[in-house]
Amino acid sequence: MAQADAGGVPLETGRSGKPASEKRQKLVTADGTPLKRALQRAERRRVLAALLLVAPLLVFLLTVFIFPIGQMMWRSVDNPQVVNALPNTLQALQGWDGRELPDERVFAALRDDFLADAERPRREQTIGPLGIRLNYELSAARGAISRTARQVPQFEEPYKEAFLDAHRLWGDPALWRVIQREGRPLTMSYYVAALDREFDEFGNIVQRDENRRIYVSLYGRTLALSVGITFLCFLLGFPIAYYMSILPMRQANLLMICVLLPFWTSLLVRTTAWIVLLQQQGVVNTLLVSVGLIGDDNRLSLIYNMTGTIIAMTHILLPFMVLPLYSVMRTIPPSYMRAAKSLGATPTTAFRRVYFPQTLPGIGAGAVLVFIISIGYYITPALVGGQSGRMISNEIARHMQQSLNWGLAAALGTMLLVGVLVLYWLYQRLVGAESLKLG
Amino acid sequence: MFDVRDDTAFVRFDRVQKSYDGVSLVVKDLNLDIARGEFMTMLGPSGSGKTTCLMMLAGFETATSGDILLGGKPINNIPPHKRGIGMVFQNYALFPHMTVGENLSFPLEVRGLGRSDREAKVKRALDMVQMGAFAGRRPAQLSGGQQQRIALARALVFEPDLVLMDEPLGALDKNLRERMQYEIKHIHESLGVTVVYVTHDQTEALTMSDKVAVFDDGKIQQLAPPDILYEEPSNAFVAAFIGENNTLRGQVVRIEGDVCTVKLSEGGGEVKALRVNVEGEGAQTTLSLRPERVMIAGGDSHMDNVFDAQVQELIYLGDHIRVRVQVAGNDEFIVKVPNSSSGRKVRVGDALRLGWAMQDCRALDPS
Repeated sequence: MAQADAGGVPLETGRSGKPASEKRQKLVTADGTPLKRALQRAERRRVLAALLLVAPLLVFLLTVFIFPIGQMMWRSVDNPQVVNALPNTLQALQGWDGRELPDERVFAALRDDFLADAERPRREQTIGPLGIRLNYELSAARGAISRTARQVPQFEEPYKEAFLDAHRLWGDPALWRVIQREGRPLTMSYYVAALDREFDEFGNIVQRDENRRIYVSLYGRTLALSVGITFLCFLLGFPIAYYMSILPMRQANLLMICVLLPFWTSLLVRTTAWIVLLQQQGVVNTLLVSVGLIGDDNRLSLIYNMTGTIIAMTHILLPFMVLPLYSVMRTIPPSYMRAAKSLGATPTTAFRRVYFPQTLPGIGAGAVLVFIISIGYYITPALVGGQSGRMISNEIARHMQQSLNWGLAAALGTMLLVGVLVLYWLYQRLVGAESLKLG
Repeated sequence: MFDVRDDTAFVRFDRVQKSYDGVSLVVKDLNLDIARGEFMTMLGPSGSGKTTCLMMLAGFETATSGDILLGGKPINNIPPHKRGIGMVFQNYALFPHMTVGENLSFPLEVRGLGRSDREAKVKRALDMVQMGAFAGRRPAQLSGGQQQRIALARALVFEPDLVLMDEPLGALDKNLRERMQYEIKHIHESLGVTVVYVTHDQTEALTMSDKVAVFDDGKIQQLAPPDILYEEPSNAFVAAFIGENNTLRGQVVRIEGDVCTVKLSEGGGEVKALRVNVEGEGAQTTLSLRPERVMIAGGDSHMDNVFDAQVQELIYLGDHIRVRVQVAGNDEFIVKVPNSSSGRKVRVGDALRLGWAMQDCRALDPS
């Protein structure tokens, strides 16, 4: 009864006074409204106000962030092409053992599918996408399908010979295995490819040939580069943040401007500057040669390789390390170090045991920021990274823009996203995310 | 090198000067001896140089000139961590990432003590401040008073001979501050440790100290036990800074031994006063008179000084009533009237006769 009162009964019955006098324990407000209900009403305003404040950003995030990410993840498993183009063939293929070529029945069904597609309006035709899709798995498939599609209207029985005449690939059981495997609305083949693996003739997932493996080592390199850049940022950022934290506010602000300068210059301007500085005939090399540290014929290659990526990204990401470190260090009063020294600790011990542990929230925040930004960094490696300084994002971009294999790009991106989330989860388990101090 | 005074002085400031900017001196020619086991308080308004002195003793500031000696040895060039001086900081400076036990154990660890030794000493120190049950807590989980006790225990746990305290009770509320004053005093008495205590609170200085050094303008104005400081201030600054004080200004017209006669500058007549800090006849002087030493005179009393006064304001304080009166052209003159049942009731506008003894009225330097 009390539940019903609080939940659904209109306000007037509550005010009538009878229930309140019958159940004296039930708390009511001065005008007789049940206390719980009054509280709910009072809270509802606040909740509503909070929602209104959050709503614009929430809508924005939903439309431009959450929804596209969901789309991306969907694309990495979405596989409509074969199902749409070859419904009859797939039905005929049921029960095929995958060893010998399929029989005449299947080829007849294939012909039906081709003919049916030719009668559809141009925009709804499915044979084109089918060719592209099959080409991801088998490199000659697109040519075979488009050539066959032109000849199918003239085919006569037996269709098996006709298809084999049109293109020799129809005689390869591998093509049929791909059709059978991908004849499902969802696929894992993009993930299989993204992990440098493929299906063998028995349908098992095996490693690719060594010279065709790209992505796993690229993930490894991206991870190693990100860790290295994070560590470099920490090494360079910690002393400057410490120095800024002990300076008077005015001088600290001046230094802060210098640290933030990379934020304020355009990425391309900065990159151009790096090229001018670091190229083989650039400032740094010329200086080193003129000083005599290196010979003229073995100038260092500092750009268009991994070194270039590391140098440029460390420079760009340094503020993300310095800012949280500085904001944490600023709040550590100098009396802690003094107290440690007065208790008998040498300056080194005082720093190690008392000061450094208190900067850990800043280090954690800075490291997480730099690492997560650098693991998905794209433009700088593309501009100054050359071949050895490429990162996984560049490969994703290549599949988005050049090879147009969006499924594979989506799979690579999803794996990157999941990887970052796993690392963040690990960080939370080991360090605790509440210890992060970003402000 | 070792003169006779070194035997009694445990800490000694010998002509110490300190300047931060090379233009002005924060500490001017400081000479101060502190005996072993003494509770010495440096009292003064902010900017008087007292904290700078403490920091020089702790080793966080270097003396610009002069020597600081600890146990007869100059310590100017010894870094703070080798001085073995315990210190309680204004904001406690308890390490927030360590538990209370770890905080106390820290000075013992850096001294290389074994685990069992450490645990025993930490326990003893915590028991001393009645915080034995809190070893596992973090400083942030403690109240201000509890943090204060821990800071005290940490400064004492490695058994230093000298403990410095930099306004340690400043952040506590009044009741707690008074309780902690007694506790610190008792700990000092039971351990026999030498304490140098810095504060700007005169009550604190008077209740706790064996000796108080009153600082102003980078100099020690007076160095004396609390009762002497209150009853026999040697200059106008100390008289005004310690306790409540009535000030009258005038010119010395006659000196007869200890007694000098002062003509008040407001034209209020002549006052007989004790000669303390007066250059000679004709000099300007400040007369200092404690409010509780002023009597409301009956008809038959014979005081050294008797003046007519008019009541301006009454302030009720429970145990006594502060009466602001106008005397000899000075209307900031305060008299404390005890709130006793036999006492005479005073009302605003009443005319009174006030009297005080010659020796309670001290003729000091003009200020």
